[in-house]
Amino acid sequence: MRVIFEKRKSFSKRSLVIVPIVSFLISLLLGTFLLLILGVDPIETYGVMFSGAFASWIDFSDTLVKSIPLILAGTGIIVAFKMKFWNIGAEGQLIFGGIFASGAALFLPSVIPHMMVIPVAILMGMIGGAFWAFIPAVLKAYLKVDETLTTLMLNYVAIYFASYLYFGPWKEEGSGYRGTREFDESTWLPILDGNLHVGIIFAILIAFVIWFLLAKTKWGFELNILGENPNNARYIGINIKRKIISAMVISGSLSGLAGTFQVLGVMHRLEDGLVMNYGYTAIIVAWMAQLNAIAAIFVAILLAGLIVGGELVQMFIGLPASVSDVLQGLILFPLLAGALFTEYKLKIIRK
Amino acid sequence: MDTLTLTIGAILFSATSLIYATIGEILTERSGILNLGLEGLMMMGALSGFAVCYHTGSLFLSVLAALIVGAMVASIHAFLTITMKASQVVSGLSLTIFGVGLANFLGARLGPESNSFQLTGLEAARFLQIPIPFLHEIPIIGPVFHQDLLTYFVYFLIPLSWFFVYKTKYGLELQAVGENPRTAEAMGINVIRTRYIYTIVGGMLVSLGGAHLTLSYMSGWNENKTDGRGWIVIALVIFAMWDPKKAILGALLFGGISALQLSLQAGGVTFIPASFLDMMPYLATVMVLVCLTLWEIISKRKFGAPASLGVNFMREEK
Repeated sequence: MRVIFEKRKSFSKRSLVIVPIVSFLISLLLGTFLLLILGVDPIETYGVMFSGAFASWIDFSDTLVKSIPLILAGTGIIVAFKMKFWNIGAEGQLIFGGIFASGAALFLPSVIPHMMVIPVAILMGMIGGAFWAFIPAVLKAYLKVDETLTTLMLNYVAIYFASYLYFGPWKEEGSGYRGTREFDESTWLPILDGNLHVGIIFAILIAFVIWFLLAKTKWGFELNILGENPNNARYIGINIKRKIISAMVISGSLSGLAGTFQVLGVMHRLEDGLVMNYGYTAIIVAWMAQLNAIAAIFVAILLAGLIVGGELVQMFIGLPASVSDVLQGLILFPLLAGALFTEYKLKIIRK
Repeated sequence: MDTLTLTIGAILFSATSLIYATIGEILTERSGILNLGLEGLMMMGALSGFAVCYHTGSLFLSVLAALIVGAMVASIHAFLTITMKASQVVSGLSLTIFGVGLANFLGARLGPESNSFQLTGLEAARFLQIPIPFLHEIPIIGPVFHQDLLTYFVYFLIPLSWFFVYKTKYGLELQAVGENPRTAEAMGINVIRTRYIYTIVGGMLVSLGGAHLTLSYMSGWNENKTDGRGWIVIALVIFAMWDPKKAILGALLFGGISALQLSLQAGGVTFIPASFLDMMPYLATVMVLVCLTLWEIISKRKFGAPASLGVNFMREEK
C-alpha cells in the first residue's frame, strides 16, 4: 500500500477554506503543548494576547496602527508575486521610502508651503521605494539575475544606508539620540484617534484598488498570464520586460509608502525603529492571503494583533514577547503543508 | 607585524561560525533546496548549545545537542518543501521567524530560577584556544594554529566537503539532483531522499555554526545572539559560487571587513563611515551575481547557482 498525491482536476475551493481553519486549530494545539511543557498557563497566555490585541478599541487601534505597513507592503508583494517575481526586498523598499520621505520632511518645510509638505513627502517616499525595486527589476528583466537573492541583499544595503544617514549627516546635532531630529509638526500625518493615523484609510483603499487592478484589468490579467506561463505571455505579445519593471515599480512604491507612513505617522523621525522586519512579515501576509489584496487587509490585522498580543504577554505575564513569533511559525507550518491540498489530493493505492 | 598576526587569528576565529553555516547551506542549495531559514537555524543552534552546556557542563553534549536540534529544525523545511511542495521562500522565512522566536523564548525560560529563568548573563564551559606546539610560534601565520577545536575542524571540513562535492560519486549525484532532478531521477538517483539528506545535513552544520558563537567566539547567551549572520551566509554562498572550497574567501572578507572597522576606529580614522563598510559585502554580492550572469551569457557556459535551485520537484506518477 502506498500513499501518493494526485493532481486535482480543478482547484479545490473547499480546501481553501478548510486548510486555514485546520491550520489555525493545529497551531493552537501545538502552542498549548509547548506552553504546557514550559510550565506556562496556555489559557491565560492566549487570553491576554487576544484581549490585548482585539478586545477594546484602545487596544484594537494599536493593532490597526501596526497593520498599516503590513497591508501596504503586503499588497505590494502581492503584485510582484502574481507574476512569480519573488520580491523579498519589501524591507529595503520600505526603508528607502522612509529615507526619501524623511529627506522631504526634514528639509522641505522651510522651503515650500506647509500645505504641500505632506503630499510631496508621500510622493518622495513612493519614489524611494520604487527606485529600490527598480534595480532588481531591471537586473531581472534584462540580465535574468535571480531576484530572490538581489532583493534580499539590497535590504541590507538599505538598512546600512539609513543608519549612515541618521548616524552621519542627518544626525540630530548635540544629541545622543540614535536618529534624526523630530520632524516639523506640519509633516505629521493627521491622527484619527489615539495613535491611529489616516494611513489606515489609505492602506485599505489601496488594497481595494490593487485588488481591482489585478482582478479586473487587462494589466492584471497579463500579469497573471506572465506568472503562470512566461511562454504563453510571450506568445500573445506581452512585453515581458516592461511588465516586470512596471509591476515592480508599483510593488516597491507601495512598500515605500509603508515606510513613509511609519516615519510621518508613527515615529516622526528617521531612526532604527524603522527596521522592524515588517517587510518580511508582509511576505507572510501576502502568502497567507493567497495573493488576494482584500484578504491581505484581514491577515495583516490578524498578524499585527499577534505582534501586539506578544508585547502584552511580556508586560503582564512576564513571558518573552517572542512568543508571538513562535505562534506565527506554528500557524505557518501547517498552512504551508496544507497548501498542497488545494491542488492535489491524497490517494491510497493498494498493491 | 603584531597587529597583522593578531588580525589573521581574529578573522579566522570570527569567521568560523560563518564557514560552518556557508558549507552547510552550499550542500543544501546544491541539492536544489534554498533554505532562507538560516538565521532561525543558527539561533536554535546557539541556544541549544549553550543551554545544554550550562545544565550539563559537557561541551561534547552541547555540540551533539546543536547537531540534533539543527537536524530537527531543518527537517521541518525539508518536509514542507520536499514532501508538501511548499514555497521554499515562504517556508524558509517562516523557519527564520519561528527559530529566532523560539530561541529567544527558550533563552528566557530555560535558565535557573535564581536568574529569573533567563539564560542571559550566565557563564558556562567554553571551547578553549589550544596552541599547536611549535606551529603557533611561526611568525605571521602563528595564530592560525592557536584556535579552538571547532575552528581546527573547519580546516578539515573545507577541503573535505570540496572533495566530497566534486570528486565522489555521492557528490556528483548531489550536483545532478540540483541541476536537473528529472534527469537525475531517470539515472536512478532518488531525488527526494537526496534532497532530504542534504537539507538536514546542511541544517546541522548551520546549527553548529550558531553553537560556535555561544560556546566559544562570544561565549554566553543573549537575545538575538546571531545578529543577522544567517542572512550574511546567504550572501556568502553566492560569493563562494556554490563551491565549498571558496567558502573561506567570502567568510574572510566579511571577517576582514569587521576587523578593518575595528582597527580604523581604534586608529581614529573616520573618513569612511562604518555603515558604508557594513554595506560593502552586500553590494559586492549583488555585483558578483550580476557578473556571474554576464559571464554566463558571454561564455555560454553554466556556473553559479544550481539550475533547479528553489524549484520543487514533483515525481510523475503513472
